[in-house]
Amino acid sequence: MKKIIFGIAFIIFFSFLIVSAINMRTFGEPTYSEMDDYFIENAQSETGANNVVTSVVFDYRGFDTLGEATVLFTAVVGVVALFRGVKK
Amino acid sequence: MKEMSRIVKTVTNFVYGFIIIFGFYIIAHGHLTPGGGFQGGAVVGSAFALLLISYGSLNSKKFLKKDILSLFEGFGLILFIVLGFSGLGITFFYNFLANSGGWFGNAAVIGVNPGNMNTGGVIPLMNIAVGLEVLSAFGVIVLTMASAAEFTKKKENS
Repeated sequence: MKKIIFGIAFIIFFSFLIVSAINMRTFGEPTYSEMDDYFIENAQSETGANNVVTSVVFDYRGFDTLGEATVLFTAVVGVVALFRGVKK
Repeated sequence: MKEMSRIVKTVTNFVYGFIIIFGFYIIAHGHLTPGGGFQGGAVVGSAFALLLISYGSLNSKKFLKKDILSLFEGFGLILFIVLGFSGLGITFFYNFLANSGGWFGNAAVIGVNPGNMNTGGVIPLMNIAVGLEVLSAFGVIVLTMASAAEFTKKKENS
């Protein structure tokens, strides 16, 4: 009984996946591109950096990078706390 | 972890300086070329791992100090947060040094060009802060795990 329910659910979800894959827009043509156009047009004059990716990562999305750095710091704190009692 | 053979140690002596210099180059040119703080820090951290594996965890304690690396890690994160708060007069993470004429304050030439080192405002400083944090994080993780493996092996043998 359980297997039949799981099988029906799997078939439904898989058919949704197939339909959405068929209806997907063609590759390389996003529907909304205002944000990308703004970054490409204005990133060099606003931030002064030639690398648009770096200006997005560190300027427009600086808060996200702060989270990434904090996650790395937390990972190091966890590793050091786990092996705290180990000397030499 | 035991030290490896003489061949590995000789090749490591030749190579590790170049790896570290390449990592710092990626960190410093993050606003001009592909790369940045995370990527360059990972490259320098791989040099630390190479040194640790080829020299063994007991010998590498002489030149890889865990306390100094953890100090650098906290310093990098604090520098990054301070730089984020410095633009708080307008918004959080505002690029207050860009196009101001001072430190990293030259305006970039618009269009396709090789780029000027003295541009980018606060972005190169943030790259340096994040790079410092990431390289010392990798170093601390690798050194801690190596010493823990040594400890476990000694405990099993006794």
